[in-house]
Amino acid sequence: MFFDSFSSFIEMGGHGLYVWACYGLAAIIVAVNFISPVLTRKKVIKDIQRQNRREQN
Amino acid sequence: MWTSLKRLYHKMGSPKWFYEISTRWSPWFLLVGSALMLTGVVWGLAFAPADYLQGNSFRIIYIHVPASLLSQSAYIMMAAAGLVGLVWKMKMSFVVAKVIAPIGASLAIMSLLTGAIWGKPTWGTWWVWDARLTSMLILLFLYFGVIAIYNAIENEEMANKAAGILAIVGSINIPIIKYSVEWWNTLHQPATITMTKKPTMAPEMFIPLLLTIIGFYCWFAVWVFARTRNELLWRERRTKWVKNLVINAPTNSGAHQ
Amino acid sequence: MNGSMKALFKRDMLLAFRSRGDLLNPLMFFLMVASLFPLAVSPDPLFLGQIAPGVIWVGALLATLLSLDLLFKSDFEDGSLEQMLLMPQPTLLMVIVKVLVHWLVAGLPLAFIAPLLGLMLGLPSGGFAPLMATLLLATPILSLLGAIGAGLTVGLRKGGMLMPLLILPLYIPVLIFASSAVQAGVLGNSYVGHMAFLGAYLALTLVVAPVATASALRISIAR
Repeated sequence: MFFDSFSSFIEMGGHGLYVWACYGLAAIIVAVNFISPVLTRKKVIKDIQRQNRREQN
Repeated sequence: MWTSLKRLYHKMGSPKWFYEISTRWSPWFLLVGSALMLTGVVWGLAFAPADYLQGNSFRIIYIHVPASLLSQSAYIMMAAAGLVGLVWKMKMSFVVAKVIAPIGASLAIMSLLTGAIWGKPTWGTWWVWDARLTSMLILLFLYFGVIAIYNAIENEEMANKAAGILAIVGSINIPIIKYSVEWWNTLHQPATITMTKKPTMAPEMFIPLLLTIIGFYCWFAVWVFARTRNELLWRERRTKWVKNLVINAPTNSGAHQ
Repeated sequence: MNGSMKALFKRDMLLAFRSRGDLLNPLMFFLMVASLFPLAVSPDPLFLGQIAPGVIWVGALLATLLSLDLLFKSDFEDGSLEQMLLMPQPTLLMVIVKVLVHWLVAGLPLAFIAPLLGLMLGLPSGGFAPLMATLLLATPILSLLGAIGAGLTVGLRKGGMLMPLLILPLYIPVLIFASSAVQAGVLGNSYVGHMAFLGAYLALTLVVAPVATASALRISIAR
């Protein structure tokens, strides 16, 4: 462990705000890339099911 | 040799085959990628020593550099996929090229944002016309062009081909743009600190970076697979395998069940 | 070059000179953009002289973009572009002739009007020669690269809005080297290296751009 205490880990020698903002933004972009295809998949499957039902009727 | 290559080509061109194989591989890429990312980020944030010049702000490198590298190679991959689609008329390849565009653009944005935030403690301002940041900005513009083509052309086949040509022309230009931006930069700002000097990096700083780079590539594969599968489902919605698959799929709108 | 290409060249030149307004619009635009800067920033001649190389070159890029919309559009609208693609001669030659005409009527005039802008913006005397030289050498690159964008967007209703987005990033190396060549001239330095880079870039675009434009046109027409 490079840091002595948890609070010094959060502070990062005064650069904490920058470091954690970067990691936060990256986490958001990564999360969007993971979640958006899952949502699209749900929508696509719903659309195809609706279409199939319409064709069966 | 030749026949097996040909068979591989036909397999890869088959949407059903791609759908199944990518469904099988995705969890592994996710697992390996997440393990590498977790190790690399924890190591980089908590255990790696601070940089003697930049202090702890250098820890941003563990996401900035992977995002930059990946968004550049994603553009090349997109152009290569477009070339395969144009030359060998492989539709699968066009689908992959299309789904890479938004992912690559999001990585370029990630690189620019983290670079800008890193610039604040390093240079004292949010934005400096540093060679790396400037070429990343131009790469983002190249992505914008490709995405704009997909949005503007309604005919799907035409949009795919047009975007393929633009991506190929863009990828030929990328090295020239990088070279000219670097040259321009040395002309105007001879004495700025470059943020990422690799040769001077100690191994305990460099190994976590390597881990996060490989981890990002694994995640990238998961994202491309997931988006490609969605495109495939919609394109192949009339086929039997998709209909069978959709019947068994659980959704909340199960009115017919 | 064979007879039909000569005929195409003559026809396109004739058409270009018959619609003089289309020819003059980019030039007037070039003039106007350059005169906005003294109004917007400062009329101080020392300051203007410093930014003049960049301003003139940015203006040239934008003026070229404005004129590119015309490269294939009228031929597309009256159906003659489709006929040209069906000709036995390779599409490549047709593209090269069209780009040549575009450069003669839209690129070359920029090089001749640029010294006037240089005077208006107080460009130091050392900058005039490299300004003309870079414009003569690099406006063909602008026409060649722009033709790709024009080919990709020719069938689209909002193609004119889309094209700058596709083409401007590709123009950046030209902008960097051309405007710094002018700056080098202003400072009395040699600008041979800049010219060599622009020449190499011209050679590369001469090889790549017509091929890409020809396939772009085939995609845009095949609907």
